[in-house]
Parts: sequence; C-alpha cells; structure tokens
Amino acid sequence: MITELSKKDLLLENLTHLDFSNEPDFSKQLRSNAKSNVQQLDLPTSKTEYWKYTRLGKITNKRFTTPTTPSTEKIDVSTFKIPNLDANIVVLENGFYRADLSQIETQEGFRVLSLREAILNNDGFIKDHLGGIAKAEKELFVALNTMNFTDGVYFDLDKKVVAKKPTHIINIITQDGIFTNTRVIVKAHDFSSVKIIESFVNIGGENSFTNNVSEFFLNPNSQIEYNKIQNKSKESYHISTEQAYQRANSNFTINTATFNGALVRNNLNIEVNASNCETNLNGLYLGRNNDHIDNHTVVDHMKSHCNSNEVYKGILDDNSTGVFNGKVFVRQDAQITNAFQQNNTILLSDNAVSNSKPELEIYADDVKCSHGSTTGQIDEEAIFYLQTRGISKKSAINLMVNAFAKDALAKITIEPLTEYINTKIEERFTK
Amino acid sequence: MLKIKNLHASINGKEILKGINLEIKPGEVHAIMGPNGSGKSTLSSVLAGRDVFEVTEGEVTFEGKDLLDLAPEDRAKEGLFLAFQYPIEIPGVSNINFLKTAINEKRAYHNQEQATAKEFLGMVKEKSALVELDAKLASRSVNEGFSGGEKKRNEIFQMAMLEPKLAILDETDSGLDIDALRIVANGVNLLKSPTNATVIITHYQRLLDYIVPDFVHVLHDGKIVKSGTKELALELEEKGYDWIKEELKV
Repeated sequence: MITELSKKDLLLENLTHLDFSNEPDFSKQLRSNAKSNVQQLDLPTSKTEYWKYTRLGKITNKRFTTPTTPSTEKIDVSTFKIPNLDANIVVLENGFYRADLSQIETQEGFRVLSLREAILNNDGFIKDHLGGIAKAEKELFVALNTMNFTDGVYFDLDKKVVAKKPTHIINIITQDGIFTNTRVIVKAHDFSSVKIIESFVNIGGENSFTNNVSEFFLNPNSQIEYNKIQNKSKESYHISTEQAYQRANSNFTINTATFNGALVRNNLNIEVNASNCETNLNGLYLGRNNDHIDNHTVVDHMKSHCNSNEVYKGILDDNSTGVFNGKVFVRQDAQITNAFQQNNTILLSDNAVSNSKPELEIYADDVKCSHGSTTGQIDEEAIFYLQTRGISKKSAINLMVNAFAKDALAKITIEPLTEYINTKIEERFTK
Repeated sequence: MLKIKNLHASINGKEILKGINLEIKPGEVHAIMGPNGSGKSTLSSVLAGRDVFEVTEGEVTFEGKDLLDLAPEDRAKEGLFLAFQYPIEIPGVSNINFLKTAINEKRAYHNQEQATAKEFLGMVKEKSALVELDAKLASRSVNEGFSGGEKKRNEIFQMAMLEPKLAILDETDSGLDIDALRIVANGVNLLKSPTNATVIITHYQRLLDYIVPDFVHVLHDGKIVKSGTKELALELEEKGYDWIKEELKV
C-alpha cells in the first residue's frame, strides 16, 4: 500500500508545477474536487477486476516531467494529415493548444475552440457540463486528468448545424519522458452533426504518457462520429477515456484504430438514456513487439428501442498482448433493444496473447442481444491457395488481414480516412 | 515442359511417392488415374509446393527450371496452375480483387505492364462466360457460400484468367453433376492450345469422355505402374483397379 501511494505521488510530483490560478472559480473548484478524488483513489493493481489484464508498472515505474507552458517552436505536422481529406486541423502539442498551427474554417453555429480559452471566458456550457459525465470520483485517471488537464478542444454545435468538414485533432508529443493531460468536450445540440478524427502521434517524444478524457453530449437527434487513431512510433503509454451521453434519437459512433503502444488502455463508457438511439463502437488493434493494447467498453442501455453494434478486431504479433472487455447493460426499461458485440483476434506468433471478455447483463425480457469472441490463427490453407495463384505470401497475408479488419472499419464514413487506415495496415503487413 | 525424375516425397516420415517418372510436352493432355491412397493428390500438392510434404529424392524441372526450388507463388508465375480438389473458402477476400493482385504480380514478375481496369474487367467478362459462372459470383468472396459445382467452375475460371502453361486438375470431376461436368470440361477444352498442357487427376473414366487424354498413367502405391493411351482408361473402368494389382503380382 505504502509503495503504491508513493508511486502515485511520483506521478503527481511534476504536475504540481502546473499553474491554474488565473482560471475562474468553477474550474478551480472542479480541479480541487478532482484533487481530493486523486488522494482517495488507489492505483489499480492486478487485483482490481477492471484492470485485471493490464499492469500499470510500465507507467508507474517511470519518472515523467510535465511541460508547464506551450512551445512556440515551428513543427511540421503535414505528415500526420489524412491524404485527400479536406478537414479543419487542430494541433495539440505536449498538452497545449497550438492556435498558430491550427486551421479552422469558420462556420455559422459551429465553433472549434481551445478548451482553456473557453474556461477563461467563462463559457456557460463548459461551466455546467465539464466533468459532468466523465466522473472523477470513480476513476483515478479521469481524476488525474480533471485535476491537471492543460488544454483541449471544445466543439460547440448549435441547433440543426451540420459541420461541413470533419475536424482532425493532431494530438502530438514532441518531448521525451513527459506526462500530458488533454481533454475533448463536444456539445452536439438538437439535430446537429459533427465528425471528428483525433490522432495520437509523436515526433521524438519517447517514453511519454498521454492521459486524455473526452466527453460527448448528444442532444436529441444529434450525431457524432469520433475516430481515434493511436499511432505513436516510439515507446509510449496512453490511457484514454471516452464518455458519451445519448439523448433521444441520437447516433454516436466511435471508431478506434490502434497501431502501436507499449501500453494502451481505452475506456469507453456510453450511457444511452433515451429511446431510438444508435450506438456503434468499433475497433481495430494491431500489436507487435511488446505492445499491450487494452479496450474496455461499457454500453448502458437504459431506455427502449435502441441499437448498439460493437466489433473489435485484433491482430497480434511478436510478444504483444491484446485485451478486450466489452460490457453491455440492458436495463429493465430498455425493452426492444438490439445489442450486438463481437471480438475476433488473430494471433500471428506463438508468443502473442489475447484476453477477451465479452459480457452481457440483461434485465429486460424483450431484447435481441448477442456476443461472441474468437481467437485463432491466420488460415494457412487459404494462404497456400492464394500462393498457388501467384500471390506472394506477404500479399496473401495482407489480403487476409484486410478482409479480417474490414468489419471493424465499416462504420467510418470518412472515405479518405478508411483509405489511410488501409494503407497503414498494408504498410505493416507487406514490409 | 515438365520432367519428373524418380520423385520421392513423404509426410511426417511416411513415404507416399516412391519414384515417379513422367514427362509432359506442350499440347499434351495426361490423365493420372489410380485407387484411393495411391498418391495422386500428393503428387499435385508436391508440384504446387505445399510445404507439409518433404521431397526426399528426385528432381522436377519445369521449362528447364528446378521447380522444387521455387516458392509456390513463383511456380504459379512460371505458369503452373493447380485446380484444387477442395477449393478453399476465403471470407472477405473478393474473387476479383485477389485475381487482379495475382495477375498483376505475375505481370510484374515477367516485367510486363499492369492490367488496366478496363482490360481486366473485359477478361473477367469473357472468362466467366467460358465456364458459365455468374458474374455476381466472380465479385463475391472467394468460394464463400459457393455450391460444390460453383467452386469447381470458379477453379476453371481462375485458370482461364491466369492462362497457365501447365494446369493440373486435381479430381475436378468429384462432386459434379453431369451438366456441371460438361461445363467444366468444355472450359478446359476451350483453353487447350498447342503451347499448353493439362494433367487430369481422377478416379473415374467419366471425365475423360469429355476431355480426351493423349496419355493415361496408372498410379499405384506411389509409382506409375502402367502407361498407355485413352483405351487404358476404358479398360480400367471395365476391369477395376484390382486388375492392375493382380497384374503387378505376376
């Protein structure tokens, strides 16, 4: 116990240099509440059921520093842009909003803002809703973020506004050994619609730990598509929490593509508290070397006539580990719910490990729900068959992997993004 | 074109092929017949390059090149084609997509220009008509949900697309009704030319009514024990394989 506390203290040590004294009272209060939550919450251990398959030693045994001011150095983010995609670009560097590197086309009723700016301007929505669904009381990493986030992005959509372009957040790390906390908050008003891509990347920035939290507020008849790309090329650690709250007739889609990560943990929590909603949670994860990629998802169906679809596909090579834990609750009032959940993993090496735990808890009696999990190897017979047609083994594997991954990418509606991800897959498997 | 000399092959230490000798020239059709377990499918697998079989002795040359030294995909690129006895289902990989990859990899291997989309689609249309394969099947996942007959027709369709020099048809007649058999045989006959050759592996004489062989070989216990012309197949059909076995004992 004592050692764990000291590990937590080490994690907190550098964060104390952060200065939020110029912020308004509401956010000071939010941070101070989160601070007491941090003091109360323990670091999860392997005995914590929710963290059973993911040890945090890779993070907690390291010492990190935290930058306290934004950099003004020029960095080239062009290589991280999605080819052929016309999008608003937002750059978050080492936890700070880089307005100088961002390009946002103004649109009536649709604002993409620095979260810190919105706080300093006492934005009404932020004041009332920040931290409203991502609760610091329960999760240490949410509490750490709430206490220490340096900046983030605030999407503000008025009624009936459909964002013309997708917005691409390039969340980049450029310094070695740093611990950063960023945040996204999306207000989708009635009948509004927005598509977001957030890619987590690096230039240098080895051994860094990113802890981000996103909150999605979906008003009646609104739509949000959030696409998360985790593609850091160096040893990196990432804990990410996405929290969504859906009201009537809303549609929330979250797609996660993970290409790398010494330790990646995605916590998705979706509360569907109204009827006629649709929820899609899909994920593709490609592990290699000693990567550890963990996807934990919760969908909570509280009201009737809703659909949720979940497909997570993993391809694990070398000594990598994949974890999937998907939980679907169907509450007593949630009659006529259709909830489908599936996790399939291919192991490419004898040392790769897959832990899969699909869970359903159903309290209503008129529902259609299914869940399934498979772990297997790539079909050698199929590879040979393709080879006898003149296709090299590598191309054959690539064809098979693409076919396997397809379902997991089916809900991405931004065509150039799908192409970009397919290219990344191809690069991985034809090298 | 293909020369097999004293070929021995085994699986898990058990010898299946015990000294095969065979020469195939351009324009020829050879039938290899034999009872169950005589090594017919092993021979086709070894020629295609399936790595579970170990070649312990002998050599195979294809157009002067050491065939056994080539990876399965390179054998295909050199012009060898195997129609599978049990074609594999590959969910999610479209027939068209994979054939396009195959054709372009083959062309790259021979330093030829890549097929244009128009050229490729023209080929698909022409060749699928040859085996009366529904164009819709051509664009579906490889063999997924195909009937037995459709799978076999798909094999011949792929063969037509890839234009091999030497095609080995491994029990292509098994599981086919008379109509499908006729369609498949018709496809094979239309693809025949003075520069390519065909090897038909079969249990029954039936297929040979449609695809008339120049030579018939009888495989027994890993060796070719008798060779002849198409009349040999008829004799086999009449007298059964026991006749060969009896003859061997003498």
